[in-house]
Amino acid sequence: MSGLLTLLQTLLFVFSAPLLAGWSKRVKCRLQNRRAPSVLQPYRDLFKLYRKEPIVPYPASWLFRAAPYLIFASTVLAAAIVPLVAVNLQPARIADVIVLVGFFALGRTFQVLAAMDSGTAFGGLGASREMTISSLAEPAMLMAVFTLAMSAHTTNLSQALHYVLDSGVVLRPSFVFALGSLMLVAVAETGRIPVDNPATHLELTMIHEAMILEYSGRWLALIDWASQIKFMLYGVLIANIFFPWGIAQETGWQALGQGIGAIALKLAVLAWLLVLSEALFAKMRIFRVREYLSFAYLLSVLGMLSYIILEAARVHH
Amino acid sequence: MSITDLDLYGQAILLLAGLITLTSFLMLGQSRLPRLVMIFAVQGWLLAAATSLAAAVLDYPHLYVSAAMTLGLKGLLIPILLQRLMLRLGLHREMDTLTHPASVMMGGTSLVIFSYYVSLPVIAHSPLVTLNAIAVSLAVVLLGMLLMITRRQAVAHVVGFMSIENGLFFAAVVATYGMPMVVELGIAFDVLVAAVVFGVFFFQINDSIDSLNVDQLNKLSEVEP
Repeated sequence: MSGLLTLLQTLLFVFSAPLLAGWSKRVKCRLQNRRAPSVLQPYRDLFKLYRKEPIVPYPASWLFRAAPYLIFASTVLAAAIVPLVAVNLQPARIADVIVLVGFFALGRTFQVLAAMDSGTAFGGLGASREMTISSLAEPAMLMAVFTLAMSAHTTNLSQALHYVLDSGVVLRPSFVFALGSLMLVAVAETGRIPVDNPATHLELTMIHEAMILEYSGRWLALIDWASQIKFMLYGVLIANIFFPWGIAQETGWQALGQGIGAIALKLAVLAWLLVLSEALFAKMRIFRVREYLSFAYLLSVLGMLSYIILEAARVHH
Repeated sequence: MSITDLDLYGQAILLLAGLITLTSFLMLGQSRLPRLVMIFAVQGWLLAAATSLAAAVLDYPHLYVSAAMTLGLKGLLIPILLQRLMLRLGLHREMDTLTHPASVMMGGTSLVIFSYYVSLPVIAHSPLVTLNAIAVSLAVVLLGMLLMITRRQAVAHVVGFMSIENGLFFAAVVATYGMPMVVELGIAFDVLVAAVVFGVFFFQINDSIDSLNVDQLNKLSEVEP
């Protein structure tokens, strides 16, 4: 039963990711006074790309052909270990947050290698920028995760969710800081404004698009789908770690339905907030990204310190 | 005593303590003077909120008066005075950029750890719940000093000085439920007078060396060729 539910949850995750992308695009169009495409448009785009023939650049090696599958697989594996609808599923119990960060790093490594393998200047440029940003974002993310782990006494997501659910509504300074830090990191890692603009092909500013410029056809579809899943992954992480209320704690149909409704609502609100911030802020210069991410790191360090100073249980002498 | 044993008010005070530390760090990294003063004002608001929460939790009505004075003086009056001063001296577009922002931030973080280490024995011997925040208030004092050391603009020095005072006030609130009213009124008056005197002093410095950059204060203009 648990295995089947895990499979279903992962499938739900993977197949609803384009819907979230469509929803955020729709909200963005509304905020910019444009006519919005249907929320199902990302599905149509993926299907269209899937039917087209992929073209391989002349100097590219097997790495270029293998990378889309590796990127997609590592992202789907990452999606499998994040509790989406229910807490008590198997993979969330065997793999912890550090494995999750590892899956992200694996996917990114192959993306960067494939970008450099394509042999164009843009690929190398995008790869170096991506690595710069991720080398700054990853410490901040891990620090935020460690803050959570220190509070919950576990790095396991499912147990940490149980801990947060059991202790009820507690105003934790460390969680507030970790939430801020994780939101900043999520914006940087999913390539949204102000760090990267997913809707541009302007060579001076693009990061993610520069890396996948040579991809076409079904490989491009896989990579696009993987980045939509990654976008949703960060949303689910933030929503379920800091506001876990509503997630299914047992495996009855009613609880699962309630879990689906809760996560859909949370993600809709989060995407709305993200898009609102995208509408309000301009994209920053690439050299300012360092300051942005070091602020995220500072927030997560302060989160950890405030856990130790303000929250930790202390023995009285 | 861990945070889950406290009631929501206690948790909110600790949360505000965390946010006050954050404002200190933001001041440390902010290079635009008007924003620096704005963050200082926000620190004043947070301090006033924490004080009035403490007044509600501990049922000490005189803390409400302190909270109101903090809000009025450090949250509104002094920031407005400083903003007007900067406008009159033409400093509102001036940048006071740190040369090594990363090392200053690292220094700030280690000051927080240091103040935690120093205040551990104090916390261990007391049953007060809010006492956890004493390390934070000590950190705010030290971060204010760091702000004064790392900046060149005299306005930033004044903000650092005032934020040291904020830290001391917060320490008084969390450790001893506020100071006696007479002392508190005296300090508030002192701070106000200090702000006015600093203002006069700014004009003097600006007149004599034509800048508010304190690095130029150690040059003797008559001796130099």
